[in-house]
Amino acid sequence: MSLAARVFSTDHKVIGLQFFWSGLAMTLFGALSAMLIRWQLAFPWTAMPVAGGIVFPKSGGVPSPEFYSALFTFHGTVMIFFVVIPLLTGWLGNYLIPLCIGARDMAFPRLNMLSYWIMPLAIACLVTGFCVEGGAAQAGWTSYPPLSTVPSAAPGSLHGQTWWLLAIVLLGISSTLGAINYITTIVKLRAQGLSFLRLPLVVWALFLSACIQLAGLPVLTAGGILQLCDRVLETGFYSANGSPLLWQHLFWFYGHPAVYVVILPAMGVVSDVLSVHGRKGVFGYRPMVFSMLGITVLGFMVWAHHMFVSGMNPALGMAFGIATTLIALPSGVKVFNWLATLWGARIQLTSAMLFALGFVALFITGGLSGLWLACTPVDVYMHDTYFVVAHFHFIVFGGSVFGLFAACYHWFPKMFGRMLDERLGRVHFVGTFVLTVGVFLMMHQLGLAGMPRRIADPTVYPSLRHLAPLNVSITWCALLLAGWQVFFLANLFWSLARGPRAPRNPWRAASLEWEADSPPPHGNFAVQPQVERGPYEYDPRQGGEDFLPQAARIPAP
Amino acid sequence: MRALVATLFAAFALLVLWSFVVAPQRGWAMPENVATLGVAVDGLFAKIQWVVGVFFLLTVGLLSWIVWRNAQGGGGRRSAVSKHTKLEIVWTIVPGAILVWLALVQIAPWEAMKFSNSIPRGADGRPKPALCEVWASQFDWHVLYPGADGRSGTGDDLHSPYELVVPVNEPVVLSLHSRDVIHSFFVPSFRLKQDILPGRETLVWFECTKAGEYDLLCAELCGFGHYKMAGKVRAIPRAEYAAFLERKTRELHSNGMEDRK
Repeated sequence: MSLAARVFSTDHKVIGLQFFWSGLAMTLFGALSAMLIRWQLAFPWTAMPVAGGIVFPKSGGVPSPEFYSALFTFHGTVMIFFVVIPLLTGWLGNYLIPLCIGARDMAFPRLNMLSYWIMPLAIACLVTGFCVEGGAAQAGWTSYPPLSTVPSAAPGSLHGQTWWLLAIVLLGISSTLGAINYITTIVKLRAQGLSFLRLPLVVWALFLSACIQLAGLPVLTAGGILQLCDRVLETGFYSANGSPLLWQHLFWFYGHPAVYVVILPAMGVVSDVLSVHGRKGVFGYRPMVFSMLGITVLGFMVWAHHMFVSGMNPALGMAFGIATTLIALPSGVKVFNWLATLWGARIQLTSAMLFALGFVALFITGGLSGLWLACTPVDVYMHDTYFVVAHFHFIVFGGSVFGLFAACYHWFPKMFGRMLDERLGRVHFVGTFVLTVGVFLMMHQLGLAGMPRRIADPTVYPSLRHLAPLNVSITWCALLLAGWQVFFLANLFWSLARGPRAPRNPWRAASLEWEADSPPPHGNFAVQPQVERGPYEYDPRQGGEDFLPQAARIPAP
Repeated sequence: MRALVATLFAAFALLVLWSFVVAPQRGWAMPENVATLGVAVDGLFAKIQWVVGVFFLLTVGLLSWIVWRNAQGGGGRRSAVSKHTKLEIVWTIVPGAILVWLALVQIAPWEAMKFSNSIPRGADGRPKPALCEVWASQFDWHVLYPGADGRSGTGDDLHSPYELVVPVNEPVVLSLHSRDVIHSFFVPSFRLKQDILPGRETLVWFECTKAGEYDLLCAELCGFGHYKMAGKVRAIPRAEYAAFLERKTRELHSNGMEDRK
């Protein structure tokens, strides 16, 4: 096979891995920007290590407030649009869907390839933003007009914002194409006997998150094009004479469901991992499916909880507050079912299992703090403070990223045909869990004390000065957390080259992807599997042959 | 490993408990509430804290205990049961009822804070007029009090940069405006936050119950100087407030020389 055929492949596994490596590379930049943000918050206006010397040689490495704005805009944009969404839908969706449903490939392989290759283009736009006059976008990842549309409002709104918008519009198109592909594949290409209620929960989750993307993304993409018009063609959709609130509605109409796009697949991963490594069927399969359906539908009725104090009609705020409180219910049902899955299970403390357990603990925390934010009068206080920052990092880092780690430890043998080192994996988990708590827990208290997000220097306000020790300790934990990922990267690259060869089914799992070779060849299955039963036939009461593969035929007695 | 992981989760639960129960005593918590509407906010916060606390300790505690019992070497009893309709109904109905209760109790305080029919009324029964206009712009606050003619936007307006002075123990209505981008009027001690959209008037109201000086922050990203958009709210007794307005009026008409005498 020529190099071009390998790079521009239409094979879902190759495209999945392309999303994997791209997402991982972008994580480095997202994490680096987070470290610089933390440095500034703990040690305001002191020389920034590494980046300071490069970007601000004249001031001896001391950053400017404009640069700080560009940093957190970049961090949010990269982590949401270029890391967690491409990894959870692009990587997991592409790699797992055909394998888990017993298909040879996606329904639209070329559309799939196009969906990946738009991403480097979007990255190029994002990077270009840093090279234009005024620098990169500085209006936050939410880019509220008129700050983002009036060129004189911020240096980043001069030209940088245009490139930011181009990147977001391109990504919107890319993800929409991917979603069409995933939905069609799951509806049309399931193996014989694989009814919807026999799908592994991770496939259900990927299916529903694709539905959310298909329904929500066109709205954000169109909203982005309108903002481009405001900037380039001098229209006035979002100007003070138009409606600045219109952008907030269009942005959050997808911006909020996007949270479910990145948490649902992680929930699916965790359900599967808890079951396989606990040697027990998922407790309450149907309630699990219905609760995900509930999250998907309700997820479209809560977007304006980001706008309680925005100046929109307070009657709307009340309706959205009630809907937001109620969306806690399906998430709660999922937590209870995970705990019931573990109850009586034969828990194997593998690295994948550890991250899945960590997910449950951190997701509970992030979910529960949402109850305060859903309560409109309390949110008036919490909105745009560090309490919100703590809340969504528990969900997106403690939830989505822990789900990604669990997925990586679980499916690595299938993807690369080699085993990861379990000892390094355990060390990676313990440090990551402890430091995650160290970074994000006390951010709740910062927010409670009234520290707003997106401020470059909290010591300006007398009432926030006593928070300095918290900000310093959070920063040290963040630096350590980033450093600790060396255990993951070393494991990843060492195992890729030298890890022991993986058997076809190292975890003795029942679902279809483990019927294929590790790694699966082009076309996936030597013999098309025929599905006989659900994906979770395990029995924790016995050792040895304690599971029944989905495709195994039991001869008649 | 089993003991380590179970301990890790148990320690995590205790640490969260510490952060919400002990840390506030160090001032790492909401500042003292000094406004009438804030009482309901703090009450709701406490109610939710109970619900959150019970569910958090129950679930994370259970997680720790299950790991301790069911991981290799734990000796817990194994069970293959993975379906239980009654349990599912119970853990849907009970949290569901609590959530509906939480959804309902937030309605009245929200109405009092934001609905326009909740604007405090004067002695004549009509909604009180705004005490002053607060103008936000990149990156400062500017307060305009109506002068002798009682109307804003006329030549005799009284200016107070950075500092909003209000009478204590009486309802105050403010008229918020922005000259450029979106800002947000945030006084943590009043539990009050409201975004200010350019091109329209936004009303807020509160009643401060304790004389003193309070931080006024901008809570909506408004540009590179967002972090230093600091202001002050000073709540003073009515008599002092009258004296403050009088001094401002004198300043307006003085040529800057007479005060030196």
